[in-house]
Amino acid sequence: MNVRALVIDDSRAMRRIVSSILEGLGYEVQQAGHGREGLDVLETGWVPELVCVDWNMPVMDGLQFVSAVRTNPAWRSMTIMMVTSESEHTQIVRALAAGAHEYVIKPFTADAIRDKLALLGLLPQEVAL
Amino acid sequence: MTLTATGFDWVRALVHKESAIVLQPGKEYLVEARLLPIARQLGLSDVGEFVDSVRTRPSADHTRRIVEALTTNETSWFRDGDPFSALSSTVLPSLLAKRNAGERLQIWSAACSSGQEPYTIAMLLEDALPNAASRVSITATDLSREMVERTRAGRFSQLEVNRGLPAPMLIRHFTRVGSEWEVSPALRRMVTAGECNLAAPLPRMGPFDVVYLRNVLIYFDLPTKRSILSNVRTLMRPDGWLFLGAAETTLGVDDSWERVVIGRTSAYRPLKGA
Repeated sequence: MNVRALVIDDSRAMRRIVSSILEGLGYEVQQAGHGREGLDVLETGWVPELVCVDWNMPVMDGLQFVSAVRTNPAWRSMTIMMVTSESEHTQIVRALAAGAHEYVIKPFTADAIRDKLALLGLLPQEVAL
Repeated sequence: MTLTATGFDWVRALVHKESAIVLQPGKEYLVEARLLPIARQLGLSDVGEFVDSVRTRPSADHTRRIVEALTTNETSWFRDGDPFSALSSTVLPSLLAKRNAGERLQIWSAACSSGQEPYTIAMLLEDALPNAASRVSITATDLSREMVERTRAGRFSQLEVNRGLPAPMLIRHFTRVGSEWEVSPALRRMVTAGECNLAAPLPRMGPFDVVYLRNVLIYFDLPTKRSILSNVRTLMRPDGWLFLGAAETTLGVDDSWERVVIGRTSAYRPLKGA
């Protein structure tokens, strides 16, 4: 089974790092530079299993993106993981309350992403079962 | 000066004597990688110089640090998930049904490293049982004094909490202290940490209802594995549960255990009359 991920970050380097980790795990990846661009991708009907989204971005930030996604029932099945340098306790609480499932704090290792996907049942070999 | 063959053999013999762990030939790179930070801390240029200095002028502190550096391992929260889901789904309900209300369950994390395993267990119990701290005690042991101290401190770096700890559990059970995260007092009350060399005669502990002895046996030779399993069994209750690492088994090592499949993992239970 093909697993897809949308990676949203205003840093091109960070998008490349996260995308390459996911592609290494067998994901098909699309990228967006901020939340609004991310919504544009979803509105084309390409609905991935996983979205990795940064918090601080121009135009539309990650928290606004999560809130917007959660208002659309068609996107309910998507798992959202925030990947951000925001590391305060209250920010993690806010992100989860808005509808994010997981939270990875930058800096991170490839293993950290892999561990989180395993927790979410989203390692491709598990998705395929 | 890089690590000489004599230096490597000396380290191998030391580690085997102190921990019974076997460093196979070809593991020179591991010795180099693990001992380099200590050599640098001491102002020495490389591992060869460090090993030679300890070899010619042995110091209890330096030999302990060498053994610790070569016997501690990377760890993460909910490592290999299944042995923890088995605790919640099967083991805990079974034990609670058998034990009296006032009886405290005893769990042993036998190679606790920096504390992720015992605190993972504590979080699961805290979420599953009202007043968990008064109903369960978790004994966390490790060969390394440094790891025991880290477990006692219950503080973890940002990188460490990223490794497999679900975000909802992070916000429920931890607080930020500076750049680190500290486990809650309720979890720390459940966990008692101490040093323990599994290859030596074990201290008086238990009797344990559940033992997590994961990713430890792989480092030992067969007679030592057999002896550890036998010693662990004497510290367990007859209806207790033992969890080993995914690559480990009692089969062909010690036949006094029954393997029980729980979901995608296995637990081992003392065979009656064995």
